[in-house]
Amino acid sequence: MTTTHTSPPPPPAPGPPHQDAPPLLSVRDLTVTYPGKRGRTAPIRAVDGVGFDIAAGETLGLVGESGCGKSTTGRAIVRLLEPTRGSITFDGRDIGHLTQRALRPLRRHVQMVFQDPHASLNPRQTVARIIADPLLAQGTPADEARRRAAELMDLVGLIPEHLDRYPHAFSGGQAQRIGIARALATRPRLIVADEPVSALDVSVQAQIVNLMADLQRELGLAYLFIAHDLSVVKRVCDRVAVMYLGRIVETGPKQRVYAAPAHPYTRALLSAVPLPDPAAERTRERITLPGDPPSPATPPPGCPFHPRCPKAQTVCRTEAPVLKPSTPGAARRVACHFPEAG
Amino acid sequence: MSASPPAPDTNPDTNPDTNPGTNPGTDPETAAGPAVPSSPWQLVRRELRRRASVTVSLVIIGLFLVMAAAAPLLSALGGRSPDAFDKSAVDPYLGGMPIGPLGGISAAHWLGVEPVTGRDLFARVVHGAQVSLLIALSATAIVVVAGTLTGIAAGYFGGRTDAVLSRLMDLTMSFPSLIFMIAMMSVAKDVNRILLMTAVIGLFGWPGIARVVRGQTLSLKHREYVDAARVGGSGPWRILTRDILPGVAGPVIAYTTLIIPGMIATEAALSYLGVGVRPPTSSWGQMIAASVAFYDTDPMYFVIPSACLFLTVLAFTLLGDALRDILDPRGGRA
Repeated sequence: MTTTHTSPPPPPAPGPPHQDAPPLLSVRDLTVTYPGKRGRTAPIRAVDGVGFDIAAGETLGLVGESGCGKSTTGRAIVRLLEPTRGSITFDGRDIGHLTQRALRPLRRHVQMVFQDPHASLNPRQTVARIIADPLLAQGTPADEARRRAAELMDLVGLIPEHLDRYPHAFSGGQAQRIGIARALATRPRLIVADEPVSALDVSVQAQIVNLMADLQRELGLAYLFIAHDLSVVKRVCDRVAVMYLGRIVETGPKQRVYAAPAHPYTRALLSAVPLPDPAAERTRERITLPGDPPSPATPPPGCPFHPRCPKAQTVCRTEAPVLKPSTPGAARRVACHFPEAG
Repeated sequence: MSASPPAPDTNPDTNPDTNPGTNPGTDPETAAGPAVPSSPWQLVRRELRRRASVTVSLVIIGLFLVMAAAAPLLSALGGRSPDAFDKSAVDPYLGGMPIGPLGGISAAHWLGVEPVTGRDLFARVVHGAQVSLLIALSATAIVVVAGTLTGIAAGYFGGRTDAVLSRLMDLTMSFPSLIFMIAMMSVAKDVNRILLMTAVIGLFGWPGIARVVRGQTLSLKHREYVDAARVGGSGPWRILTRDILPGVAGPVIAYTTLIIPGMIATEAALSYLGVGVRPPTSSWGQMIAASVAFYDTDPMYFVIPSACLFLTVLAFTLLGDALRDILDPRGGRA
C-alpha cells in the first residue's frame, strides 16, 4: 500500500508477541459504575476491578454472557465512558481520566468496530464521508482524506468506485467492512472490536474474521475482541479473558484455557459450544448451570459465581477469590478457590 | 490484500459531500451517475413527486407566494391601488353597495370592490396576502430556529440544561398566549405593527418544535454512529452539526410546514379581533372582519378573502401531512 500520510507507521509486530516488552494497553482495576436513579434503583457496578494487558500486534478475546460487562469494558477503553476507578494505560500514558478534549489527539491510536454494522454508519452520509470522518475530525484536508478513503475501501475488499454510495446500498457484511475501514483510517494501533460479527450470517462472519486477521498481520494491529461466541474467539485470539458479573474469572493463552479450563464457569461455557460432528455432539459432556446470572445491582457476597457453581463451598459464600496464577508461575490466571487442575 | 495503488476515483472534486460542512440536503446528483443508488433526500423527492396532493398544494402555495411577492406589480397591472377609493363603483343610494353582479366584479375591478369605499378587492387581497404570509412565515422562521436550537441543546446536553429548558417549554406552553397576544397588541401604540405581530406570534410557538427536536435528538445521540464519530475524534460541535442536525432535519421540515397554517390563522384571528395590522394596511383576517357586516347584502366580499385563507391553510396542511408521512413516519405531532 502506498502511503503519503504523516502519522507514524504502525510498529511491525508479526508473530506472537513477546512477554517482556511493555504492553501496548494496560488496564488495571477498571471499575465502571452506572449511577442508579435517585431513590429508585441502586447503582450498578457493571465492571468491577478488571485488569489485563494487550501487547502490540496481539489479540485478546473478552468473552462472557450478555450483561457481564464486556462491552462496558470496551467502551471504557475507547473512552465512550468515564471509568469510575482504575487506570487505562495506553503506550505508557494513562488515558482513563483525561478530559475528552485532551483525549482527542490520542483517539487516532485506539479505534472501535461496532456490533451493528448499519447502525454504526450514518445513513445520511456517503461512504466516502463516513470512512474519512476520523481523518477530517483530526484536520486532514478533504481531498487527501478522500484519497485515503479510496485506499481503505480497497484494503477491506470493497470497490473504491462505490465511495459515493450511501450505507443502505450495502449488505451487512459490506457495511461491517466499511466500519472496519473507518476504524483503520487513522492508522490505529489498537482496535476494540465490540461483537464485530455477532450481527452477521455465519458465512459472512468467517469473511470478516479472516479480513481482521489479514489486517492484523499486515498492519501490526492489536485487537480487543469482545464476543460471546467462543468458537469465533478461538479462531482469532491469542489470549482469552472470561468475564462473569463484571469480573475476569479466568484469563490465559487460548490453548490452555480451551484445552483445560480451570474455572467452573469457563468449563460450563465451553461445554455449551456445539460440536460439528453429530456423534461427538451426542456424547459430549454438558454442564448446565442452575439459575440466571444475578443482577449486577445486587451482586452476591463472596465469589460472584457461587450461587450457580456446582462445587461451591462455605468459603465461596464469604470470600471473593482473587485472580491469581492457577499454578505458581503459570501464564493462566483464575479467580477461584477450587480451580480445576490443569 | 492488494498492494496496488488505489484505483483513481472518477470525479473526486465534483462530489459536494466530501467538503466539510456541506449540508447533506444539497443535491448529490451532480456526482451521481445513472447507476449510483440515490441519496436519502433523492428518495424523499421521488416519494413526494408520486403524490398528487403534494403537487396541488405546491402549486397553490407557489401561486400565493408569487402573488404576495409581486403584490405592487399585480395591483399596478389591475390598474388600482389598494387604498384608492372609487365612488363610481358603489351605489350611494343603496347604502354604498357595489354596482354590478357578484360584488361588482367587472373589467375594472377583477374581484369586485369593497362596499361603501369602492376600494379594489383584487388589490387588497393581493396586498393582504403579502402581509399575512410575511407575518406567518417570519414568525415560523423565528419559531423553527428557536425551537430547533433549544430542542437540540436540551436533548444533547441533557442533565441540568435539559431540566431548565424543558421547564421553560412547559411554562411557555401553559401561558395563556392568545390573551397575552391581544393584550400586547392592544397596548403597543407607535410601533411597527407587522414586526410586533411577528414577534408576539413567534414568542409562543417554539416549545412545540423544541419538544419534537429534543425527542429526536435524545434518540439520535445514543446511535452507534454518534459513538463512532466520538471515537473518531469528533468534538460536540462536529457531532451536533454533522450527525445530529441532519438527523433532526426531516421532522423539523415536516413540522415547520404543519405550523405555517397555524401561524396564518393566528395572524388572521388577531387581525379579525381588531388588534392586528391597522387600516389602511390590509390583511386577510382584517378583510374578513370588515366583510361580516355585509354578509347578507354582499356575500362575495366575505367569500374572496376567506377563500384565500382557506386555500393557503389547506395547501400547507396537505403538504405538511405528506412531508410528515415521508420524513417522520413514527413521530407524531408534539
